Amino acid sequence: MRPDASSGWPDLIYTVLKRNNVSQVGYVPDNGHARLIALCQQDNEITDVVMTTEAEGPGLVLGATLGGKRAALLMQSSGVGNSVNALTILKSCAVPCLLIVTMRGEFDDFNPWQVTMGAMTESTLKACGFLTYRVERAEDVEDIITAGCNMAYGNNLQVAVLLAQRLIKRSKGAH
Amino acid sequence: MLDRREFVARLLADRGELLVVTGLGTPTFDVNACGDHPLNFYIWGGMGCTAMVGLGLALARPDRRIAVITGDGDLLMGMGSLATIGAKQPRNLSIVALDNGHYGATGMQASATATGIDLAGTATSCRFRQVLSVSQIDETVDVRKILHSGQGPIFIHAKITANDPPRVIPSRDGQTIKQRFIEASAKHV
Repeated sequence: MRPDASSGWPDLIYTVLKRNNVSQVGYVPDNGHARLIALCQQDNEITDVVMTTEAEGPGLVLGATLGGKRAALLMQSSGVGNSVNALTILKSCAVPCLLIVTMRGEFDDFNPWQVTMGAMTESTLKACGFLTYRVERAEDVEDIITAGCNMAYGNNLQVAVLLAQRLIKRSKGAH
Repeated sequence: MLDRREFVARLLADRGELLVVTGLGTPTFDVNACGDHPLNFYIWGGMGCTAMVGLGLALARPDRRIAVITGDGDLLMGMGSLATIGAKQPRNLSIVALDNGHYGATGMQASATATGIDLAGTATSCRFRQVLSVSQIDETVDVRKILHSGQGPIFIHAKITANDPPRVIPSRDGQTIKQRFIEASAKHV
């Protein structure tokens, strides 16, 4: 599996992360992130960390920052709810963080239990001090991830990019 | 049982280039009581995150040794992170658990370890390479050697007396502590 900008938006995200020298990626797996996770795992310059809960992510990012490295987190929208108090350490310490969230419970989801957290994901992130950008169309992925990297790593801000469930379903037919 | 202040002071004596991350509450005060240091990062929030801060730092700085010094309450809240650390096997990371079986900052309520839940056993299950239990102050000499030269991930389970020593409060400004730490630790050794 080689990174190839023509093969889809996960590859574009990977390309932008590489361009921005992101060298640690923490994640709890999600179907929508499967290809991006695989690309990170195969990259010897990226340390990928599979976490037992998304709440471990902010600590990882803070530690990477203390060590002079850039880190990003990948999770599903349910993971935002798992992480709330941990996320607050990033603002307290002005830690640059790019958080890429695959949305659930917002567009033609087969599981109604996903709807409550999906509906509060963006407002929860805002309440935690994150800037939030939504991506609805594959053609916007590169621009928005690039802007997210610039805002996070250039300005010590916390930025979440929410990948709409419609975008993910269109490209993968994923649940 | 160890006196926590005496144990931490002996553990951090002549610490050299050791990078230290402290868990919120009394472990932060224990470390600061040894003297404030630019290679200390004090955590004031996000209970349960301390071990992961150590992992992120250890992976970012394979050239440096990192000691996380935290309490049983913080580790119990982030117990899964011991599995995350075990999976990554950082050679340069040590976790020091100051275990008094109580939540010291909130009125000394008993924690799960007071009932016999064994953090050292958990670390062993999570594939920590070296797991040491220490309860006599004279053992600190050997523990300190391993902290500085052993192959990680290392877990040091320190059985400490359940008391509430005076608070020795360092800076609470996360941005300042972060910047100071980054500048002081930037050089590669």
